[in-house]
Amino acid sequence: MKWSEFFVTGEPLIYAADVAIVLTMVGIVFVLTYFKKWKWLWNEWLTTVDHKKIGVMYIICAVLMLFRGGVDALLMRAQLTAPNMKFLDAQHYNEIFTTHGTIMILFMAMPFIIGLMNIVVPLQIGARDVAFPYLNALSFWLFFFGALLFNISFVIGGSPDAGWTAYFPLAGNEFSHGVGNNYYAVALQISGIGTLMTGINFLVTILKMRAPGMTLMRMPMFTWTILITCVLIIFAFPVLTVALALMTFDRLFDTQFFTMANGGMSMLWANLFWIWGHPEVYIVILPAFGIFSEVVSTFAGKRLFGYKAMVGSIVGIAFLSFIVWVHHFFTMGAGPAVNSAFSITTMAIAIPTGVKIFNWLFTLRKGKIRFTTAMLWSLAFIPNFVIGGVTGVMLAMAAADYQYHNSYFLIAHFHYVLIAGTVFACFAGLHYWYPKMFGHILNERLGKWTFWLFMIGFNICFFPMYFLGLMGMTRRMYTYSDGLGWTPLNVVATVGAVLMGIGFIVLCYNIYYSARYGERDMTGDPWNGRTLEWATASPPVHYNFPVTPVVEDLDAYWVMKKKYGGFHVKEEDLKPIHMPSNSGRPFWMSVAFFVAGFGLVFKWFALAIVGALFIVLGLILRSFEDDDGYYIPVDEIKRMERAARKGA
Amino acid sequence: MGEAAHRYEETLPLEYRTQESRLNILGFWIFLGAEVALFATLFATYLVLFQRTGSGPTAGELFEVKDVLIETLLLLTSSFTCGLAIFEMRRGRMSGLIAWLLVTLLLGAGFITFEIREFIHYVHEGATMQTSAFLSSFFVLVGTHGAHVSVGIGWMILIIIQLLQRGLTAKTARKVFIVSLYWHFLDVVWIFIFTLVYLLGMVI
Repeated sequence: MKWSEFFVTGEPLIYAADVAIVLTMVGIVFVLTYFKKWKWLWNEWLTTVDHKKIGVMYIICAVLMLFRGGVDALLMRAQLTAPNMKFLDAQHYNEIFTTHGTIMILFMAMPFIIGLMNIVVPLQIGARDVAFPYLNALSFWLFFFGALLFNISFVIGGSPDAGWTAYFPLAGNEFSHGVGNNYYAVALQISGIGTLMTGINFLVTILKMRAPGMTLMRMPMFTWTILITCVLIIFAFPVLTVALALMTFDRLFDTQFFTMANGGMSMLWANLFWIWGHPEVYIVILPAFGIFSEVVSTFAGKRLFGYKAMVGSIVGIAFLSFIVWVHHFFTMGAGPAVNSAFSITTMAIAIPTGVKIFNWLFTLRKGKIRFTTAMLWSLAFIPNFVIGGVTGVMLAMAAADYQYHNSYFLIAHFHYVLIAGTVFACFAGLHYWYPKMFGHILNERLGKWTFWLFMIGFNICFFPMYFLGLMGMTRRMYTYSDGLGWTPLNVVATVGAVLMGIGFIVLCYNIYYSARYGERDMTGDPWNGRTLEWATASPPVHYNFPVTPVVEDLDAYWVMKKKYGGFHVKEEDLKPIHMPSNSGRPFWMSVAFFVAGFGLVFKWFALAIVGALFIVLGLILRSFEDDDGYYIPVDEIKRMERAARKGA
Repeated sequence: MGEAAHRYEETLPLEYRTQESRLNILGFWIFLGAEVALFATLFATYLVLFQRTGSGPTAGELFEVKDVLIETLLLLTSSFTCGLAIFEMRRGRMSGLIAWLLVTLLLGAGFITFEIREFIHYVHEGATMQTSAFLSSFFVLVGTHGAHVSVGIGWMILIIIQLLQRGLTAKTARKVFIVSLYWHFLDVVWIFIFTLVYLLGMVI
């Protein structure tokens, strides 16, 4: 690495980004100093172990990453609008589609889902926090600094450019010389460790910390989907850990795992990547199913139809998700027997998914439907996701896949499942739980503008891509020649992308507008909800529940409201509450991970070792720590409860 | 957390008495589940690549039976002594507990010493990580196990210091128990390495 190559140069867009980054940093430092907020930032956020605050930080990062990935998408659409465009060159285009994919899956969809589950799951099961609050903070900061490391690649050293799947041999030293793919290997590793710990944390939380009376079959559907998602994380992410470690060895230490000579096998990477990668898409879609289940049930005013079948189908999908990975490379040439087997397992996933679709439809049947923004996202999910699902079954037919493979047909398919599934769910969940997070409702009028702009834009953008794919346009091509007949549909797709961008801007404006003028939620239960999170104040006091609620049936809070008129707490029942202490260690340990990771990216091993030593120091200090948290006395609880319930 | 966090169950073994300990132990079992997936992936990688030796040596030409047998004996014995440490802990005997943990540590350190010797020997014969896909996967699989054992040694030292400082409490007992789970797990992984890497390598 030469010093002259340290900063990325030569592109006006990059210089503009440099200026924007410096200005933003100066701005943040100025605002924090001017309003004397440094201490607040450290005490309330950087050192917090409160699952709700950690969840909020995840969601803020996810929205920022949605912006970053969205700008990447708009740049790509701009380049492809007309034939022979000179807006981006091939290398720059390669970097942008790589970061777009990686960021959207790992640094947008994952943290958005994990953020919502952080906020909601402990509340839904009647717990005061997660099983391991300290670990939870560490998970977040590892994700944060992993994402930061990945994002600085576009101004320092250069971005990865081998696609979000980073297939070998392209991603190896033979064909990718720069540090870009080192960033990919190291940054994903750091945030992946955080995700694995989140999976363990929430599995233990859900298994062990449910309120009395909440049997497994009385758990809210969202909590069920998170439980199964955690199992997927625990068994899928170690595969990514290994795959990325092998990639790191190949790139930094010239080992021969995926190389072209000395026995290396590049297809091994594709297998390892997708053994993680396919469960990964269910890691982001199962929680989405959970969110839709909650929203549909609440706004149809009915108990979820076919609860047991829903649970069974999540488990079925999770099981099948581990035995379909070869469908990502049917064209590898594994032979008819292997391809047929994976073709059948892939199509089999349509069965439990279909069960779920019908269950949502039957939940709606004869319901008193309220068309809130969250409900609109959920209703739009059903037809759009079905389009994605049906084209998925088309792709699952191995023989036909030879035609569709790596064409825009595939691009359209997975955007229809990931956007109509996961992104719609994130927006539905954001609108639905927003009052619980911040104590005010996101403006419904602006919310509906976002919904219609984004949903229509989404269809205008991606529906034409099915046809572009059938017409022969392949993914990752940075330009195309005139006269292929692709231009009109590409123009349409770009128009759709712009509409989605406008929808996103309206959402951001809505966040600002609602913070200033939005309706305050004084009841804690603005939607007439059914599950325990609505039994708390909005936003909940940091211990969540003054006394642990007792669950009598599914839809615990709904039953409480019907039987007792709500969740009542008698002051004489209050006992001192035990809570975990804040800690700054997860933050600085993650900084150490970042430093070590940066050292590895540039092969500055001395720096990497310094970072590693600080990580070890953090582990040792944690081992010797003798902090058992603290108790909140009853008088303090009384005072906080009265303050939180002022409006109720 | 809450009251439940400090629900103290007198009838359970010391390491299981607080709710926090029960959560930690379950969490660690689940972590070991993830470790199983991690090592399974490394084993799969090795089994895919172990006959792809390129221009380098094959497994049969390389492996030294004597060193591997010594390593195996040291590690299997250390797992037994680790079990004895837990046995002493359940009987409430600090001295026995610490003595057996120290024996475990020394056996583990012996294992690592022999493993490093073995690796140096291979490198001197020209069999490095960079030589072939077989050797890359061999060094990463066996090296990952060795790194785990080294971490276990460091971890056990920290826990012995805490035992000396704080005595045998519900908290320190839980820590000893968890590190013992980790240690036995590494033993199990080694049995697979011994079978699938060394024995298979010398047969085929």
